[in-house]
Amino acid sequence: MTTIVSTSARRGRDLLGSRFAPVLVTLVLLVVVFIVGSTRYRGFASGQVIANLFVDNAFLIVLAVGMTFVILTGGIDLSVGSVVALSTMIAATLARDGWPPLAVILVVLVTTSTLGLLVGIVIHYFQIQPFIATLAAMFLARGLCYVISLNSISITDPWFTAMAQTRIPILPGFTISPSVIVAAIVVVVAFVVLHYTRLGRTVYAIGGGENSAMLMGLRVPRTKVLVYVISGFCSGVAGVLFTFYTLSGYSLTAVGMELDAIAAVVIGGTLLTGGYGFVLGSVLGVLLLGVIQTIISFEGNLSSWWTKIVVGSLLLVFIVLQRLLTARRR
Amino acid sequence: MNRLTDLPKARLFWPIVTLVALLLLNAAVAPGFFAIRVQNGHLFGSLIDILRNGAPTLLVALGMTLVIATRGIDLSVGAVVAISGALACTIIADSPDPGSVGTVLAAVSVALLFSLVLGAWNGLLVAVFGIQPIIATLILMTAGRGIAMLITEGQIITITSAPFKVIGAGHWFGLPASIVIAGGMFALAALLTRKTALGLLIESVGINPVASRLAGVRSRGIIWVVYVFSALCAGIAGLMIASNVTAADANSAGLYIEMDAILAVVIGGTSLAGGRYSLTGTLIGAFIIQTLTTTVYTVGIAPSITLVFKALVVIAVCLLQSPVLQEKLRQRRSTTKAGALA
Repeated sequence: MTTIVSTSARRGRDLLGSRFAPVLVTLVLLVVVFIVGSTRYRGFASGQVIANLFVDNAFLIVLAVGMTFVILTGGIDLSVGSVVALSTMIAATLARDGWPPLAVILVVLVTTSTLGLLVGIVIHYFQIQPFIATLAAMFLARGLCYVISLNSISITDPWFTAMAQTRIPILPGFTISPSVIVAAIVVVVAFVVLHYTRLGRTVYAIGGGENSAMLMGLRVPRTKVLVYVISGFCSGVAGVLFTFYTLSGYSLTAVGMELDAIAAVVIGGTLLTGGYGFVLGSVLGVLLLGVIQTIISFEGNLSSWWTKIVVGSLLLVFIVLQRLLTARRR
Repeated sequence: MNRLTDLPKARLFWPIVTLVALLLLNAAVAPGFFAIRVQNGHLFGSLIDILRNGAPTLLVALGMTLVIATRGIDLSVGAVVAISGALACTIIADSPDPGSVGTVLAAVSVALLFSLVLGAWNGLLVAVFGIQPIIATLILMTAGRGIAMLITEGQIITITSAPFKVIGAGHWFGLPASIVIAGGMFALAALLTRKTALGLLIESVGINPVASRLAGVRSRGIIWVVYVFSALCAGIAGLMIASNVTAADANSAGLYIEMDAILAVVIGGTSLAGGRYSLTGTLIGAFIIQTLTTTVYTVGIAPSITLVFKALVVIAVCLLQSPVLQEKLRQRRSTTKAGALA
C-alpha cells in the first residue's frame, strides 16, 4: 500500500526509484545475457532459439504465475513441483485407460484445485504456516504419485501426441507449440485479474498488511484461500503442459521444480514478504532462467550443475538489489 | 485429578502421545520390537536402529531449532549435508593413503570448516544484510547442490576407508557412533543454551528483534551464531550420511532433510514464528519422523503408500497442535467442567 502512495508522490523521479525498477533490471539483464549469448555463439540470436525459450518453459511460466499470486499475499507454495508430478501421473494413467483427453484434463484440474483448496483452508482456518501446510501437501501429492504407480507411464494417446508435436508458425523461423498459447492465456488472465479486479487488489492488500486489509473490510479469508486454489489450478495446467512436453507420467518427475518457480518469481522482482510484484516480472524471471540454461547447453562443455550455481548467484544479486531498493524507499 | 486433566495442555503432550502410539503400534505388530540384545559388545535392536538412522535428522533439526527460535529458517542444510559429504569423500579418495586416521581427520576438519564458512555466509546475509532468512538460505539451497556437484565433478565418489566408516556405521562404548555424536551435540546445545543466558537471548531475539536490540542484546552476533551452528550440525550429519554408505552422492545426499528437520522442529512444538523453543520437543519430533519410517517397514505398509502415510501423520499432528483446534478443545473442556459444577 505504501509503495503506491510513495511512487505517485515522487512520480517523475528517476526510473530506478519506481516500483517497476526490479522488473526493469530483470528485463535489462535478460537482454544483456541474450546479447552476450549471441556474440559468443553462432546461431544463438535466431528466432527459433527465442521461440524455444517459450516452448521449453511454458509449464514453468504457468507455475510461476500461480506462485506469484501466493507470494503476493505473503505466503509460499512448496507443493507445486509434486502437484505437477501428480498431474502427469493422473493424465498418463487416465489417457492409458482410454479416457477422452478433455475429461482427463478436467479431472487433473479439479484434483489439483481441490488440493489447493484444502491447503488454503488448512492455512487460513487452522492457522498453520503456509510453509508447513504446503510442505505436507508436497509430501501428500508426491505420495499419491507413488500410489498411482512407481513406474513411468508413457502416453500414446493421439491427441496428446498431436499437442506435443504440433508447431504453429507465427513468423518465418519462429514456431511455437500449443503449450505456449495456453501459457500466454494464463499470463494475460492473471495480469487482468491482478490489476483490474477486486480480487487482484485484495491480493496486494493482504500482502501489504493482512490486518489492515481486514480492517478495510476486504474479503481476506476468501482471497487467502483462493490464492492457493489458483496456485493449485496453475500447477494442474502446468502439469498438463508438462505431459505435452514429456509425453509421459512419472512419479519422480519435477523434483525441485517449486524452487525454480520461486526463483523465477524472486528474480522477477516480487518481494517474498508479499504485497509487491508483477506477473510479467515472473515471466521475465522464467525467461532469464531459460536463457541461462540455453547458454549452458550452447557452451557444450559446461556441466549442468553450473545452472544451479548461476541461478543461486542471480538470486543473490536480485535479493541484494531488492534490499537496496526497499531501503532507499524508506 | 487436576494434574491429570491439565496433562493434555502440556506442551509436549501430543508429540509424546504420537511417539508412544507409533512405538506401541510397532510392538503390536512385531512382538520383539522393544528387545535390545548385545552382540560383540554392541547394542542391537529396533529401537537402536531408530536412534541410529534418526541421528542425522536429529542433528540437522537441532541446529534448525535454534535458527527457528530466532524467527529464522535454514533451507540450506540439505545442500550443506551434500557439500560436507562430497568434500570429505573427495579428499579421502584423492589422498595416497585413504585408510589412515590422519587423512580422515584432515578430511573431516576441512569439511566441517567449510560448513562453518557456509553457515557464516548465511549468517552474513541474514544478520548483516537483513535479508529474509527463507530467501537468504534459498540461495545456498539452490547453489549448494551445484557446488557439491562441482566438488565431486558430478560423480558418485565411493571410498574405502575404515576410520571414516566409523562416523556413520561404527560403534563407540557399545553404541553406534552416530548416536554418540548426535547425543553429544544435543547435550552441548542443551548445556550452552539452558545453563547459560544464551537460550534466553536467542528467545528474546526471536520474540522481538528490535526490542531485544534496544535492551542491549547483540542480536546480530546471536543470529550469526545460530546459523553457523546449524551449518555445523548439517556438516556433521553430512559426514554421517556419507560415511554410512561410504560414498558421496551430491544429488541425493540430504535431499529433503531440511523438510524433515523443519517438520521435526514444528512437531516438537517450536513455533515457526520464533521465540520459545524446546530442544526436547525437537528430539521427540525427530524420533517421531524416524519411527514413522520404521513403522512403515515393520507394519508392512506398501512402499508405494509410505509417503502418503507420512504426510497424513504430519498433517494430523500439525492440526492437533494448531492454535485454533487447541482453543476449541479448551473451550469444550471448560464448558463440560462448568456443566459438571452446575
